[in-house]
Amino acid sequence: MHARAETAASWPEEIFSILQRFEVRQVPYVPDAGHSELIERVLGSSSMRGIALTTEEEGVALLAGAWAGGQRGVLLMQSSGVGNCINMLSLVQIFRLPFLTLVTMRGEWGEFNPWQVPMGSNTQGILELSGIKVLRASRPDEVREVVEAGAAQAYNACTPTAVLLSQRLIGAKVFTK
Amino acid sequence: MSKANLLDRRAVVSELLRDRKGAFAIGGLGASTYDIAAAGDHDRNFYLWGGMGGAVMIGLGLALAQPTLPVVVITGDGEMLMGMGSLATVGLQQPKNLSIIVLDNEAYGETGGQTSHTGGTADLVGVAKACGIGNSRAISTMAEVEAFASSLQDVMAGPRFASAKIDGANLERVLSSRDGTYIVNRIRGSIGHTPI
Repeated sequence: MHARAETAASWPEEIFSILQRFEVRQVPYVPDAGHSELIERVLGSSSMRGIALTTEEEGVALLAGAWAGGQRGVLLMQSSGVGNCINMLSLVQIFRLPFLTLVTMRGEWGEFNPWQVPMGSNTQGILELSGIKVLRASRPDEVREVVEAGAAQAYNACTPTAVLLSQRLIGAKVFTK
Repeated sequence: MSKANLLDRRAVVSELLRDRKGAFAIGGLGASTYDIAAAGDHDRNFYLWGGMGGAVMIGLGLALAQPTLPVVVITGDGEMLMGMGSLATVGLQQPKNLSIIVLDNEAYGETGGQTSHTGGTADLVGVAKACGIGNSRAISTMAEVEAFASSLQDVMAGPRFASAKIDGANLERVLSSRDGTYIVNRIRGSIGHTPI
């Protein structure tokens, strides 16, 4: 009970606070159920701009422009979106961007939909091959410190970082008729 | 291959940037980057040598970060076709200081001149309009280019989109810097940001 009282804020709320503290201004996203609470917070915020994308690679390019213009951003997407980004992730290395992405995972931990598995299984590998450090949070009580570490190394050290938010954390999507 | 009455791409870009004041100029990979370089190097030139399909989104990120300064994306039809969804994203965001101009030679000039979709059935002006960029037009004269060049200084009336049909002749390459970190940090420096 005590532990619950200490972590009263939901993990999406904790992520939102971290993004505020790091003065994130642009938040491009392709919607995902796992990010829905955070996206709502961003869209209701006066200091951040949520930017809906048609495909995730747009977000990588947007963040390059934001950085050139002096603003920090974070890309919110689902694991399948990482595959859509591959060529555009060249910009992260070429511009030495302070790149941060928060990726909600599918295709693992009790997945129902087999179509999510191939990309979900390769998400981490693809990010690493693209020169991006990968951190992972699997339990609600570790989200804050993992996202905080990711944001710090991305923004302070220009070390491109992806934080994977495990399906175990989010809960496997339930498909009912 | 040259057709009559088509605009000269170097003349178009040179006119767009002649009196640019504080404007940022983003060039899609390939010939439009060479055109921007040919018009003269500038610390607010954002040259792209890759990331095909990303030019408009880079422009959007920059425009949202610096809403009081004009941002112009100058790209080709092939690059624009690859990032066509970004026109829908711009339509949704309505950045008032962003202008986009496509230099449309109806071909992939950098790879041997293969015909692009705009040489067949695709109408980028129609796409931009349908994506919510109300101020979208086809340009076919230098007078219209001049009008577009002065309109891009109005940072309260965008977004705006134009497509100019240009002569397909491959011109001599004018090579800009291709060091991305240098290019971005130079732009950042021009608005007062120091290196980390």
